[in-house]
Amino acid sequence: MSARSVGSRYRAAVLGRVLLAALGGYAVAALATGLLALVLPMPRSEAVVTATLLSFTVMVAVVVGVFAMRSLGRAALLVGGLALPLGAGLWLAQALAGAA
Amino acid sequence: MRQGFRTSMAWLHAWSGLVVGWILFAVFVTGTASYYRAEISQWMRPELRAVQADPVRSAEHAVAFLKTRMPDAAGWYIELPKPEKPVIGVHWWKSLEGPFHQALLDPETGAPTAARDTKGGDFLYRFHFELGMPPMLGRYLVGACALVMLVALVSGIVTHRRIFADFFTFRRDRSAQRGWLDAHNVTGVLALPFHLMITYTGLVTLAPMYMPWGVQTAYKGDQIRFYVEAGMMPEMAAPLGRPGTLAPVGPIVAAAAARIGEAPEGISIYSPGDARPAVVAIFEEPHGLAHLHPQIAFDGATGAMLGEAGTAKAATVTSAVMVGLHEGHFAGPVLRALFFLCGVMGAATVATGLVLWTVARAPKGAQAAGFGLRLVRVLNIGAVAGMPAAIAGYFLANRLLPLGLADRAQWEVGAFFGFWILLALLGALRPAMRAWPEALGLTGALYLAVPVVSALATGEHALAGTRFLGFDLAMLALGAGLILAARKAARRGASALNSRRIPGMTGEEALRA
Repeated sequence: MSARSVGSRYRAAVLGRVLLAALGGYAVAALATGLLALVLPMPRSEAVVTATLLSFTVMVAVVVGVFAMRSLGRAALLVGGLALPLGAGLWLAQALAGAA
Repeated sequence: MRQGFRTSMAWLHAWSGLVVGWILFAVFVTGTASYYRAEISQWMRPELRAVQADPVRSAEHAVAFLKTRMPDAAGWYIELPKPEKPVIGVHWWKSLEGPFHQALLDPETGAPTAARDTKGGDFLYRFHFELGMPPMLGRYLVGACALVMLVALVSGIVTHRRIFADFFTFRRDRSAQRGWLDAHNVTGVLALPFHLMITYTGLVTLAPMYMPWGVQTAYKGDQIRFYVEAGMMPEMAAPLGRPGTLAPVGPIVAAAAARIGEAPEGISIYSPGDARPAVVAIFEEPHGLAHLHPQIAFDGATGAMLGEAGTAKAATVTSAVMVGLHEGHFAGPVLRALFFLCGVMGAATVATGLVLWTVARAPKGAQAAGFGLRLVRVLNIGAVAGMPAAIAGYFLANRLLPLGLADRAQWEVGAFFGFWILLALLGALRPAMRAWPEALGLTGALYLAVPVVSALATGEHALAGTRFLGFDLAMLALGAGLILAARKAARRGASALNSRRIPGMTGEEALRA
């Protein structure tokens, strides 16, 4: 993997993974934190602290997952597959909290 | 990245470690030094002597001073004197965005202290998470690096198939690359629990900033409400928005001290010029791991006690224990020394990892090193030798700059960055073979010079008294260690240089010779 043997395709793929890991990883962690803070069955402040403490583990797991996937497409599917249900859950939890 | 899980993790480990390594090294070094922040501050203000200061009178002195400086401040904070910092610290600000002003007052007279103007150990402490940048920017950058460090740790653990055996493996003389790899493994694996703990808990200390989304959804972003409910802050009265007079602070401090049984370590006063200011007495953490300061709120207009911070529950205590572990305030001298050693090993893990990256990619035979490799080499020297040199330069400037110099504390910080740049230039301009030994040797010499210069400048030395004996010994040990490292690097460089002249020898063999 010396500088001369890597093509621009490879570089673009690496850049894609870095962006996906950083932005996607943070998005998944942020959505999970926001959702868990609302739905964990404990006092509000405790749910916030628990969700926040877990958030860094979530992000690291997503980053490792993005780099472990066989292709950039699969990595994008992983991030999307996590972010979508979390986002939907958060939207639902907020709608229910607003209605209650 | 295309092959198995372990291969992709090895790739991730090498590259994630490289891109944040230089900043992480600085964070590790200044963070490790911060375990002795109070001792460094004491050494940097040799004029101060331990005094028995009265907390009530000290608080009154502080308020009198703050009223002349910024009566309409958004907030004041008063640090009451303690044995290891026998001065009153006063801080005041117009806005939470800054700027934050501060001064040190003599607890006897209430006038600005006669001790030399310096930031002391606080500069290294703040550099640890702000890098000397605008505070918010620095904190985000350090947070991002800490997260990448966590990724590097996890991928590093995966990369090691023989993690237990590597505990006991150090093949220093097998080949350069093997030696550096084993050094990286030994420092990384031996202190691995510490590395994981310190990185995760470091993120937790600034978690409300990095991950505010729980507070955002559950509290609609009302941080104060969250802190009050979690038991981390007492309920405070909101300001009324019209001017008024602050009640005398002396009786408030006396009442707070009577309630808890010891004097508070600090007093926060919010909106001191308002008709309803809030006064909060903050106490040292009780004995134990958790970083939870007891706090009592007062009505600043009447001086009446409003209430204490509630009792923190399981998750909040867990979080506070993480912050407590990171700061190590609970640790006695022996445990603190162990934390210090673990911090040094963390710095060594980063440094050996950075060097290993270049050694593993060293060109074979007569091939010239590419631009990327040369850049990494130069940055490695600038970071690994430059950061310790910057700290030594900071200490030397504290003893050498004239006492009456305007903005003296700022000049000391200038010396810190000046020495850093100097070392980085040395690493960039000297031939590759000589750069390491010269940079490490110069840095070692700077540390050896610190006790000598200090003795000449202040008359304080081991024969005249033992006040700074520990500090002087630490400087001599660091200096000796760096000189030793310089000699090692010189021998390694010389042997590689000599063997390079042997025709037909490959680079790897040359490194092994």
